[in-house]
Amino acid sequence: MQERYELNTPKINDDLLRFPLHTPLWFWLVAGGLASVLGLAGLTYLFVLYFGLGLLGYTDRIMWGFLITNFVFWVGISHAGVMISAILRLAQAEWRRPVTRAAEVMTVFALATAALFPVLHTGRPWRTLYWAFPYDYNRGIWPDVRSALIWDPSAIFTYLTSSTLFVFICLIPDLAVLRDRTRGWQHAIYAVLAMGFQGTSRQWKLQTIAGILLSALILPVFVSVHSIVSWDFAAAILPGWHTTVFPPYFVIGAVHSGVSAVVTLMFLLRKVFKLEDYITPDHFDALGRLLVVVATAWLYFFLMDFYMGMFGGEEAELAVWSLRMYYPPYNVLFPIFIITSYFIPVPVWLFRKFRRNLTVMFWTSICVNVGMWLERFILIVPPLSFKQAFTFLWQDAYSPRWTDWILVIASFCLVTLGVLLFAKVFPIIPLFDIKEGQVLKQELRIGRVRVPAVIRE
Amino acid sequence: MAVNVRESRLGLFRDPDAVVNAVESLRKAGFRGTDVKVLTDTPYPEGAFGEETERHRLYVFPFVGAACGFSVGVLLTIATQIAYPIVTGGKPIQSIPPMIHVIYEGSMLGAILFTIMGILFESRLPDFGPTPYDRRISEGYLGVLVTKADGRADVAIVCSAKAGP
Repeated sequence: MQERYELNTPKINDDLLRFPLHTPLWFWLVAGGLASVLGLAGLTYLFVLYFGLGLLGYTDRIMWGFLITNFVFWVGISHAGVMISAILRLAQAEWRRPVTRAAEVMTVFALATAALFPVLHTGRPWRTLYWAFPYDYNRGIWPDVRSALIWDPSAIFTYLTSSTLFVFICLIPDLAVLRDRTRGWQHAIYAVLAMGFQGTSRQWKLQTIAGILLSALILPVFVSVHSIVSWDFAAAILPGWHTTVFPPYFVIGAVHSGVSAVVTLMFLLRKVFKLEDYITPDHFDALGRLLVVVATAWLYFFLMDFYMGMFGGEEAELAVWSLRMYYPPYNVLFPIFIITSYFIPVPVWLFRKFRRNLTVMFWTSICVNVGMWLERFILIVPPLSFKQAFTFLWQDAYSPRWTDWILVIASFCLVTLGVLLFAKVFPIIPLFDIKEGQVLKQELRIGRVRVPAVIRE
Repeated sequence: MAVNVRESRLGLFRDPDAVVNAVESLRKAGFRGTDVKVLTDTPYPEGAFGEETERHRLYVFPFVGAACGFSVGVLLTIATQIAYPIVTGGKPIQSIPPMIHVIYEGSMLGAILFTIMGILFESRLPDFGPTPYDRRISEGYLGVLVTKADGRADVAIVCSAKAGP
């Protein structure tokens, strides 16, 4: 990390609290636009509720389509936040400081959005309560723990609760700054949320330990969540799904798409909130290097899935791969997914000048997530489309309808609006973390150069 | 932690070295380590100001939480299957592998919830009582708080004043 700006406390407070304390006009326009799309999606779903799930482009055979693809995609995105935050905290990586909270907040909203989609997919959302939670004692109906439908909610509920509390605990010192900088009703709300935090040595010590301890506890949950999501497929005896490589393949795929989403988010935060002093090309460089490793690990697991399918030589498994690779529309989507997930971005990220070029990083990160969305679609839908014995009367391919598209687009708006509203109310970059970085910062003279360094015990 | 505001004195400094001097002077003047606190808006390295480091028991909380979560997970998975016994896919009513998923998530959730409670408890939060505090601490000033001046407020003020800006 070569770039280090001289920042003092008042400047950090002014820069990072500018958006929470002052509302520009564009905020209302953007938030209004996003809320309108969500309103449209709400009406669309009411329409689906009234007329039935047939409006979603499902067929007799293909009963998992865009909504479940979107669920897996957003669970994947949600993994980056805590992965980046937790691993970088545990490793005490200095460049984590401006990145962690935005990543954690994206986790929370992406996961909440993901959790919405299986519920919408059921077509009768109110019934999911007694399918997933043990509350219906009046009728003596209890959830079946042998069903993957129970594993998913238990994992997602744990991850969502943990991530939300993690964000809140790390936010307390910054809430105290907001409390001290506001008046009137804003002060009253921030004072309650800050809970009387004063910044004593004891409180800081526990805050530091909390970051590390909670990271260590959330990491196993993070791994379990996407493993359990993969079991929704792997535990089913369906060619193309029934494979033991799915859990690590899903986890690493989640990290790949999630870290790319963090790059996208960091780029937007830097541009929109003018945070050039805080989010520097160094951060994109570091994330780019991390992504090269993650993307290559993901490619390895993808090839393992493919190789095992070929190696097993089972007729049905080979037929599913054949469907994915040679039959429309999957034969078009398949190369797009491979090229956009790996063969466009990774060669670009190998070069330092591209990793430090923010526009290149932004577009390659978008490219990855286009590919990763398609990956989930290709993993989920073709095995259901596979024409098995006695199914000759059924439709061939899944064809999403306008309702599917609106709900998918709305999910992107929901996550964006969530992060935007959070940034409006709370600092999206942790003030205390940046200030700590300034306190610990030193410069060493080695020969003719001055090298930035960090003091650590 | 409840602090007697009348018995407390808060000095504000700009320079960390002045805080070190103030804490040292106060300790020499006979104030106990637990009665002198340093308030900052930044996590300085532990012991940077020569203040007394306090012990905590945070590490106990996740273990207790995990044990509670594990117990609830076991009870939930066993009791619900006994209450509503349906044979699924030829598996036994008490099928261990799927129970492990729910029990694992229960244990982790318990550990994390108790850790959060532990952090708040050990940080002595929430604390909505009257406490000596100054908004300027959020702007980079460093506060030295003497919580029990015990009639020696003048000594505390002198020690702080001598320490520097």
